Amino acid sequence: MEDIIQKTPKEEIKPPVVSVGVIGWIKANLFNGWFNSALTIVTLFFLWKTVPPFFRWAFIDSVWNTTGQVCRDAGGACWSIISSNFRFILFGFFPYDLQWRPLLAMIILFVLLFFSQNRKLWKKPLAYAWIAGLFIMGLLLRGGLFGLAPVESTQWGGLPLTLLLSVFGLTAAYPLGVVLALGRQSKMRGIKTLCIVYIELIRGVPLISLLFMSSIIFPLLLPEGVTINKILRAQVAIIMFTAAYIAEVVRGGLQGMSRGQYEAAESIGLNYYQTMRLVILPQALKIVIPPTVSQLISAFKDTSLVVIIALYDLLKTTQTVLSNPEWMGFSKEAYFFVAILYFLGCFSMSNYSRKLERELSRGD
Amino acid sequence: MASESSVTTEQTLSDEAIIEIIDMHKWFGDFHVLQGINLTVHKQERIVICGPSGSGKSTLIRCINRLEEHQRGRIVVDGIELTNNIKNIEKVRTEVGMVFQHFNLFPHLSIIENLTLGPIWVRKVPKKEAEEIAMYYLEKVHIAEQAKKYPGQLSGGQQQRVAIARSLCMNPKVMLFDEPTSALDPEMIKEVLDVMIELAREGMTMIVVSHEMGFAKSVAHRVLFMDFGQIVEGNTPEEFFENPQHDRTKLFLSQILH
Repeated sequence: MEDIIQKTPKEEIKPPVVSVGVIGWIKANLFNGWFNSALTIVTLFFLWKTVPPFFRWAFIDSVWNTTGQVCRDAGGACWSIISSNFRFILFGFFPYDLQWRPLLAMIILFVLLFFSQNRKLWKKPLAYAWIAGLFIMGLLLRGGLFGLAPVESTQWGGLPLTLLLSVFGLTAAYPLGVVLALGRQSKMRGIKTLCIVYIELIRGVPLISLLFMSSIIFPLLLPEGVTINKILRAQVAIIMFTAAYIAEVVRGGLQGMSRGQYEAAESIGLNYYQTMRLVILPQALKIVIPPTVSQLISAFKDTSLVVIIALYDLLKTTQTVLSNPEWMGFSKEAYFFVAILYFLGCFSMSNYSRKLERELSRGD
Repeated sequence: MASESSVTTEQTLSDEAIIEIIDMHKWFGDFHVLQGINLTVHKQERIVICGPSGSGKSTLIRCINRLEEHQRGRIVVDGIELTNNIKNIEKVRTEVGMVFQHFNLFPHLSIIENLTLGPIWVRKVPKKEAEEIAMYYLEKVHIAEQAKKYPGQLSGGQQQRVAIARSLCMNPKVMLFDEPTSALDPEMIKEVLDVMIELAREGMTMIVVSHEMGFAKSVAHRVLFMDFGQIVEGNTPEEFFENPQHDRTKLFLSQILH
């Protein structure tokens, strides 16, 4: 043995051929033992039975731009329900001639979100851009200034409403959740109790009932003549609900921090606020990025529950189209389309979270 | 291990006390962990505290910068008494540096950011100046070339030297060391002790909880032995090691010096 080692100390030993390349991969991952082979075959059979028919339905036999009557005779998907009602699904009852306004507002929002992805740009100009953007978006939706015709918020609907509820719901719920988590850890009894009661109460109630309360019970408590915008009420309910869940996720991260980090921060004289902001939260929030994003994704989808208080979000406008006799029965296509929109939103969130994790993991 | 020529005899101590602990007691629940500690530390004095685990030595030095709260008696650091007054506590913490057994560097910050955090946020030093201070102390602990790295990329010995530099950046009057070498691999202990010896040479007031008896012999003015929450005896290193007074001290020394 020793002789061999001494003669060829640097010679690299290549892996056996069967374990590399395409064949090696297939062997190792798909036909590794009889159980795996059986699973592979069953899966392939299932895919063969489902994928080609779906393609035929969705693309080959489908009709894209006709009336509902033509659709009924066609064998495939009726995408005409989307193309014919596209603007209603996206914008709801927003006055037809003015729909460029919510469109522009959404474009501004997407541009802002796009630039906000890059953490290097998280400086003052971006903050100013957001403030200006929010103002312009609000103006575009509401109107009433600069010669823009006013539009009642009861007429807002579709995708802009969904985005409004979710983007602001999530951005407001996250910091609130962090504050609640810190409060729950506080040494001050009053604050701690308050936070626990809040979190447990909200978590003990379904979002639907919170939305009902915000739309039916809450106005009863207000003095006569005072009304608060229905969208705003729903928005607040969503924020309160999501914040309670975020708080618990963040608390998990805080508990993962070692006592030593607090002590090190305190021993160089940082006060509570600095310790949290500079030492504890950057680490704790990073640990909980995956569950936080799950929570935010689920909150994003939950905004669709506002249908029950008669807000016309994306899902409700789609259902409205389906109740039109001409398009009745094409719910597959309609829901498929809405699902794609939701998926795009959720998928970009989870993509971004993975990117963020990669960027933040440089120290490990 | 710390075989450099003894630094003890080169300096004479001032009479001025920087830390005064008077009849101090502390309980963890019902457990009476510190039972009437009396200790005066003079400026530039170096004290090594040893004793069996659970004897309260770490708790004692943690009380000095209020990481632990004492329940009876008084602790006065540089003229400031430690009470519930949060401002006083923060003031004392800026005067007292602390080095931990497990380094406790901030893993999400680079080495230089670890060092500048305190000066920038507590001392309100401008960033540029804070970085100069940080580099100065990194040079001092022989680790300047690692400034841009993150704690996770350094060895234990290097991390502990960074931790010492981090405390020094606050320009403290007293340095507390809580078993600074006991989490280190043997070959890294020397590099940390060497840095501590250099610090001693410059006249830093130091309280070190450690079982590095070589270090105690060459650096300390006084060695204290603690057991069951009390300071059993304290003496110059020569007397302490050659001629221990109490049976408990003798037993302890016989166990750690083979």
